[in-house]
Amino acid sequence: MHGRPRKPQRAVDAAAATANASKLQDLQSQLIHNHHLRLDFDRYTNEAISVCSKLLEINPEINTAWNYRKFAFQHNLHETTNSEHIKSLVDDELRVVEMALRENPKSYGAWYHRKWIFSQGLADVDFDREFLLLDQLLQADSRNFHGWNYRWFVSKLKDVPDPEELEVSKEMVMTNFSNYSVWHNRSVLLSRLLNNKAEGFFEREGILTKEYGFVHDALAAGSKVQSGWFYHLCLLHQTITPNEISLISSWPPHESALVLSAIRDTGYYFTNTRKLPIVLYFNQTVKGVNSSSVIVNSMLFKNEELVWKPLPPTKSEKAACWVTYLQFPDMKSWEAKVYVIEVKIDHSEAIISSCSGSRSIHPLNFRFTLSLNYDNLEFAESVDELLDWTDVESLGVESNDLVSFDQSKLSEDLVSGFSKWQMQTISGEINLIETLSKENCKFDKLTLARLLIAHNAMLSHKTPVTERQIHFREVLELFDDLVKLDPKHSKYYEDEKSLVLMNQVTFDKKSFSNHCSSSRNYISSKLHLHGCMQLRNLSLTRIGYVERLLWVQVLDLSYNKLRSIEGIEALQLLTCLNLRNNQICSFTALQPLKLLSYLKVLDISFNDIGAHPVDTARYLFSSPSTRSVELDKEFLEDYCRSKVDITNNWEAICLFRDLQLHQLDVKNNAVADKNFRDLLTKALPTLMWLDGERLR
Amino acid sequence: MEELKVDKHIQYILSIEKEKDSFMALTMEHLRMNGAYWGLATLDILQNIATVDQNEVISWIMSCWDEESGGFAGNVGHDPHLLYTLSAVQILALLNRLDILDVEMVSKYVSGLQNVDGSFAGDMWGEIDTRFSYCAICCLSILRSLDKIDVAKAVDYIVSCKNLDGGFGCTPGGESHAGQIFCCVGALSITGSLHHIDKDLLGWWLCERQCSDGGLCGRPEKLSDVCYSWWVLSSLIMIDRVHWIDKGKLTKFILNCQDCENGGISDRPDNAVDVYHTYFGVAGLSLMEYPGLKTIDPAYALPVDVVNRFFFPE
Ligand SMILES: [Zn+2]
Repeated sequence: MHGRPRKPQRAVDAAAATANASKLQDLQSQLIHNHHLRLDFDRYTNEAISVCSKLLEINPEINTAWNYRKFAFQHNLHETTNSEHIKSLVDDELRVVEMALRENPKSYGAWYHRKWIFSQGLADVDFDREFLLLDQLLQADSRNFHGWNYRWFVSKLKDVPDPEELEVSKEMVMTNFSNYSVWHNRSVLLSRLLNNKAEGFFEREGILTKEYGFVHDALAAGSKVQSGWFYHLCLLHQTITPNEISLISSWPPHESALVLSAIRDTGYYFTNTRKLPIVLYFNQTVKGVNSSSVIVNSMLFKNEELVWKPLPPTKSEKAACWVTYLQFPDMKSWEAKVYVIEVKIDHSEAIISSCSGSRSIHPLNFRFTLSLNYDNLEFAESVDELLDWTDVESLGVESNDLVSFDQSKLSEDLVSGFSKWQMQTISGEINLIETLSKENCKFDKLTLARLLIAHNAMLSHKTPVTERQIHFREVLELFDDLVKLDPKHSKYYEDEKSLVLMNQVTFDKKSFSNHCSSSRNYISSKLHLHGCMQLRNLSLTRIGYVERLLWVQVLDLSYNKLRSIEGIEALQLLTCLNLRNNQICSFTALQPLKLLSYLKVLDISFNDIGAHPVDTARYLFSSPSTRSVELDKEFLEDYCRSKVDITNNWEAICLFRDLQLHQLDVKNNAVADKNFRDLLTKALPTLMWLDGERLR
Repeated sequence: MEELKVDKHIQYILSIEKEKDSFMALTMEHLRMNGAYWGLATLDILQNIATVDQNEVISWIMSCWDEESGGFAGNVGHDPHLLYTLSAVQILALLNRLDILDVEMVSKYVSGLQNVDGSFAGDMWGEIDTRFSYCAICCLSILRSLDKIDVAKAVDYIVSCKNLDGGFGCTPGGESHAGQIFCCVGALSITGSLHHIDKDLLGWWLCERQCSDGGLCGRPEKLSDVCYSWWVLSSLIMIDRVHWIDKGKLTKFILNCQDCENGGISDRPDNAVDVYHTYFGVAGLSLMEYPGLKTIDPAYALPVDVVNRFFFPE
């Protein structure tokens, strides 16, 4: 019930209401009675049908009454072949629908009955009448989405060309800029025409430019008009869609020389997993990455045996990040030489953009070399010392790390850029919104921030760092303004800001180097790892730009405001992760860690795990609640025997049983009590250090 | 700040059952099954489901079952429909009495309504809507029978109803609407397919539904209404963006819509209350972790302890 006042009825109204009620009750019971009569002959008498009509006039919501009408209609149709009679049967139904819509223009049953009658194809449709009905209804309520959906139905039935409907939407927008329904309709028509490359719509860029002009009129009319801004955002997305698929980073990087070692001396810490990932990061979500679309040439591995997996894994096998693992069966059979590995992506058209469906890809080759450190072939004992994160300081930069920084980004001429039109459009919009901008309009500011972010992404690497930093500062200021201007959405602005911060910190070598620390000093005698990155105390609420961090092995994200670590799964080399003092609320939010097979050391102390009954990550990842992980029976029984409460701890169990951690810190979370420690020691047989204490 | 009048709302829910002859009660008669679900779910969230006679409820539910088709009707003597079949299954799950169902027949009814393009009809007459996709998927998941339908195609159809604003409509091309978004996001959640959603884009559209009075509306340029506390909030939770709205203000808005004298919650302050808005108001508060309430699952619209029974049967 909507919009009825609460105050008690007056006596006169009450009497009328009682009368209405008894009439309704009478009709309803008659209908149900008639509906269940045994013989068709009794069921569908004129009298019974007119009871149904009267009922629907008062209450069009009764589905069974519409069903009864359909049966009756079919019954009567069966009795006649006379086309005039058929036409009058159809007319009767249309009239009942119109009466019902007068009572409730949002009645699902009434609208569907009309569609059903027409889809029987029994009589010619009087389209003038249908469009007149629509005009009347949409005049009464221009946002009635039933009416709009019916408009799609009728124009399809009549075969109205999309460009004609597009004209109608233009006229309607002009009469009322804040009619979101028309803007929506327009967006659907336009994208359909563009995607089908319909007559007059070949030239995508020109059409979009015209649309910008159109929406500017609406925005100029008043910035209170939300609908125009939503449409503007929709245009922006269509503008910045990349023209072709391209690889934006990879690990190993192009021209890198990897030395694998089983010991802790030099080179990459090659764990007993005996596998090495190759990570590809594309500029957009793609599908179709497999051993025939990406060719890995080397003497060490058979290309066709490589299995490429999307990160994160999804049922539809789409992702921007893809990984395959090179398995090393027996180290001893390796020859003492340098192996060249070449990765080739060509024009095969097998890789498809999942947003645009485009198959056009920027061809790309990259290569790296692998050699084995022969000095010691025995696998090292597991590292069993406690890693102390407080050792972590920015101790100057080791050249190694910066090489990684440059290499993980593919050289610019290998990466396809943005078109001149794209850049001009975005710059043009920035200027326009700046001039249009009124004091304290949040949509102005937000749109401007989004445009600047888009512009930043298009800047060439040759753009002076200072210019780019000015951009970053401007965007960050806009978000700070927005937090003040529109505090109820402050967390949205903070999340957006967090991505800008990540971008700012990882973009140029100088600011990057402030956050890299030397591994040699850092965890000196313990794990010997390259690629240490420290992003501590930056007010990050989420992470982004992970494609620039593919080489990172030690990551310190402590003392931020992280609620989510989505995206971290791309950092396939990650071995040590510090999330101390953040705002992680549940173990499910940590599910991406399950995809990091090198992960050994994890600090999640001082978070909010267990403090909130509502788990906002419950449906995001593979888990029992998305039916993508079934806990096997044996496993369940094993836990039941150990008296662990599975129902209340499945999130933790599902996370930890797939990790091979040596060291874990969970203290100062709501969940971390004594029972929980027992659960951990059971779920993590590899664990040696828990909250700084030695376990085994 | 006003508090949640738990006792009044319990009284209100129990009283509607008795009031059958008013015009409003009669216009609701055909969807009594939905009403029963709203009422019972409210009582359970308020930790008071024991106040109803469960056997009476169950025998009434079963009297709405159509043995021939396998579906449930909105009331005795009415025709079966997916909308009521889901409510019936949800109520039996709530009461932990799924055992009395002929799961085979009910899932046959639901799976029989799937079309070749993956969409679902609401009943034998063929109306198609993503609401019905949700009903079918939620219902079958509760019955552990998702294997009876083509889930991949069902997901594809829902994705074909996605709009450029990130939201979803009834059918391809239909305007985004918070209720419809809930259905699509819910169905994608249950089937582990949320990767089809641009969470930031949809999350922003949804969080912009919060109006200056703190309440949520269903579409841009519309007024706030308590029922959207559920449709919008649950969708935001499923895509992990619920922190983008101001929960304090929304809590206040819902509490302001209570009838503090006679119980019940209305769509907007000082309007007439009904069981539908009472349920969505209370469920919304549960999603915001209001103290003293059972936690509700955003996808199944049932308390989490009930939902956990589907995944971890004892
Ligand atoms: Zn409402």
